[in-house]
Amino acid sequence: MIDQLLDSSVLIGIAASGIRLATPYLYAAIGETFGQRSGVLNLGVEGIMLMGAFSGFWAVYHTGSLLAGVLIALLAGLLMGLGTAFINVTLKAEQGISGIGIYLFGLGLSDLLFQQSFDSVVTVNGFPRIHVPVLSRIPVLGEIFFQHNLLVYIAFGLVPVAWFVLNRTTLGLKIRAVGQNPQAADAMGISVARVRYFTVILGAMLAAIAGASLSIALLNVFQQNMTAGQGFIAVALVYFGSWRPFGVMAGALLFSTVNALQLWVRTKGIDIPAEYASMAPYLLTILALVLASQRVDQPAALTKPFERGE
Amino acid sequence: MKTMVTGSGSNLLPTGHARIESMEMRGIVKRFPGVLAVDHVDFDVHAGEVHALLGENGAGKSTLMKVLYGLYQPNEGEILINGQHATIKSPADAIAQGIGMVHQHFMLVPSLTVAENVALGLRSSREPLLDLDIVAQRIVELAKTYGLQVDPLAPVWQLAVGEQQRVEIIKALYRGAALLILDEPTAVLTPQEVDDLFGTLHQMVRDGHALIFISHKLHEVLAISDRVTVLRDGRKVGEIPTREATKESLARMMVGREVVFRYERSAVQVGPPLLKIENLWARSDRNTDALRGVNLEIRAGEILGLAGVSGNGQRELAEALFGLRPATQGRVLIAGEDVTGKDPATLNRLGISYIPEERMIDGVITDFTVAENLILQTHGDRPFSSSIFLRPGQIARRCTQLIENFNIRTPSQETLIKSLSGGNIQKLVLARELSRNPRVLIAAQPTRGVDIGATEYIHQRLLDQRAKGTATLLISEDLDEIMALADRIAVIYEGEIVGVVDRGEATVEQLGLMMAGVHAGQA
Repeated sequence: MIDQLLDSSVLIGIAASGIRLATPYLYAAIGETFGQRSGVLNLGVEGIMLMGAFSGFWAVYHTGSLLAGVLIALLAGLLMGLGTAFINVTLKAEQGISGIGIYLFGLGLSDLLFQQSFDSVVTVNGFPRIHVPVLSRIPVLGEIFFQHNLLVYIAFGLVPVAWFVLNRTTLGLKIRAVGQNPQAADAMGISVARVRYFTVILGAMLAAIAGASLSIALLNVFQQNMTAGQGFIAVALVYFGSWRPFGVMAGALLFSTVNALQLWVRTKGIDIPAEYASMAPYLLTILALVLASQRVDQPAALTKPFERGE
Repeated sequence: MKTMVTGSGSNLLPTGHARIESMEMRGIVKRFPGVLAVDHVDFDVHAGEVHALLGENGAGKSTLMKVLYGLYQPNEGEILINGQHATIKSPADAIAQGIGMVHQHFMLVPSLTVAENVALGLRSSREPLLDLDIVAQRIVELAKTYGLQVDPLAPVWQLAVGEQQRVEIIKALYRGAALLILDEPTAVLTPQEVDDLFGTLHQMVRDGHALIFISHKLHEVLAISDRVTVLRDGRKVGEIPTREATKESLARMMVGREVVFRYERSAVQVGPPLLKIENLWARSDRNTDALRGVNLEIRAGEILGLAGVSGNGQRELAEALFGLRPATQGRVLIAGEDVTGKDPATLNRLGISYIPEERMIDGVITDFTVAENLILQTHGDRPFSSSIFLRPGQIARRCTQLIENFNIRTPSQETLIKSLSGGNIQKLVLARELSRNPRVLIAAQPTRGVDIGATEYIHQRLLDQRAKGTATLLISEDLDEIMALADRIAVIYEGEIVGVVDRGEATVEQLGLMMAGVHAGQA
């Protein structure tokens, strides 16, 4: 097994698919980073991803337009985000519980809509791979980095953008302040609710794209519960990355690479039971989270609804 | 700052913003469920004066000012600024009107820098990008104008409390505050820092700012203000020019009766050392060394006052002594017996009582009744329990006695703690802890947030306990309290004891310097 693994084409393949598989985690976790930096934990990411996956798939199936797929997924994310923000910010729900509700809602609704809309398993023509001119022809690196579909590139482009927005703009300052000390932000005339609505809706729209990246770019089908826990992993990755976009990206890559490795192990039919292999990434996540819990840079107001005048 | 105009004749402040010549609140009423917090109060302030708002905790001072700052909406009444009706629905509206507020609990984001805190919520000159370099430059200019030294690039969590307060004032000035509300601004400062603050406030008044100074400390109100308004139970009980006021007359207005400022201190024969702390080290919640080799000794019949600015290890010391926080080094001895690392139940049995600083969190269970709270430690012992069942009759008898002895004002024994006032809750904690007649008493901030009447009572009980031979560690940030009660005064700074002074030799100036870390010899 080890000598097979050390074959260069295998390594390149695993690295490339690690990058590709990181895409849904990146969208969802970067979006969740914004929400959590403003103090809102959205555990419903998984449900929103499923809604995004279905609506994007549905739109591409009916129109044949990938742009329409992305736009419809964004719309689904916006609606789910609006609902999430209303529950968590306006109604001040317990975020650990409301998130589970949002997840189950997304899980059920996406499946219901799928069964109503399609009789049999169908596929769509998703985002094609783009071979970046010149760069994709570099040996090894070209194959690993520059032969992916558009959504992969955008996902990685999002990381520095998120960093810049959080650290260099007035909006980012507001988001950080609201997540650390909403009373102080409120006393400075910032609307805590407005900032949190913005971050939650943004996060939900990115989660929806994360789902769509599965159904119209990576797999090009829709199935019930096709995200299989990736939304929850994305939430964990935000902790893993200490609420920093680049840290989140590192976590996403680590996770997806281990995932790519276990997929390869399974396809090779190597005599490790497949269940052990598929457990590996999750065990890794738990381990990483335990290590990450030693750090103290968690937004102080995370999961705490804001009440004026306390 | 380009358009800086100075001189009291102009109608612009040194910051270039317009003055507020007059602000009037008329007939303000603010109700909370079940409470009339502010009852038809009139209050006004003019440019170039300090108007003090005096009252006990819960008298409605902060509520009234939160109405002015837009944090609360009044049920009745109106606000006039420069004679014009003003609608203030949020802090943003208040800021736009030229009103600033320095809150009692600072409204700063600890993880951000000073400049980021100041820039928060303001339009940037490079929108949507931040312009922190320009903000930092202006902070330095403002700091110079008003004598408010701060480093704009320092993260706020690294700053001392006095510096954080300067950031709060700069934040308000930066936003063009012409009227500044200061809510209990001196509570967290050393006496020298109070002098510096008063210097800044005097300058602001000369420059044409209008200042509202909220306090319950009489001598500070007398020192800084031009006029005083006194609130009691949400009502305005009087307004007088400060030069016509005395400490006694203000106290009478505040409490509604004569107040004693001197206590009967009987001469007590000091006994053997009961509490001995040897080279005690402990860590803070942030995992830094909060106590760094504390050595103290308290004898029977002695009150040792521990003075210091908050956050210098007082909380950690109290918790380490009572077994709530592990000591990383050193020993604690009770009457010669090593009790380091023992749990609170054992310490209770050994005769230690603890009056915690956060009484609502560590002192009582707010959803329990008065009776239940009075037997928190003893509910398993005779006569309150018969090994399995509680004995309500015995419990009730004991509670009736304590409620009477300690003058706890409660509708019944079955009343939930959370509906009592702060002073009565503290009397209840005191009753529970003192009724076990402790050998060692650790009293952390025993009168914080307690009204004058209850404060007087608590002080007297602490002195009675001293006469009974208890060794008391009195941890307080209120120097007046310490000077009134303690036989010896120790000062803690950054987890170390700077020095210990005898009662007769201590002066406020010397203690103030020690609180800033200057050793007794040098001070």
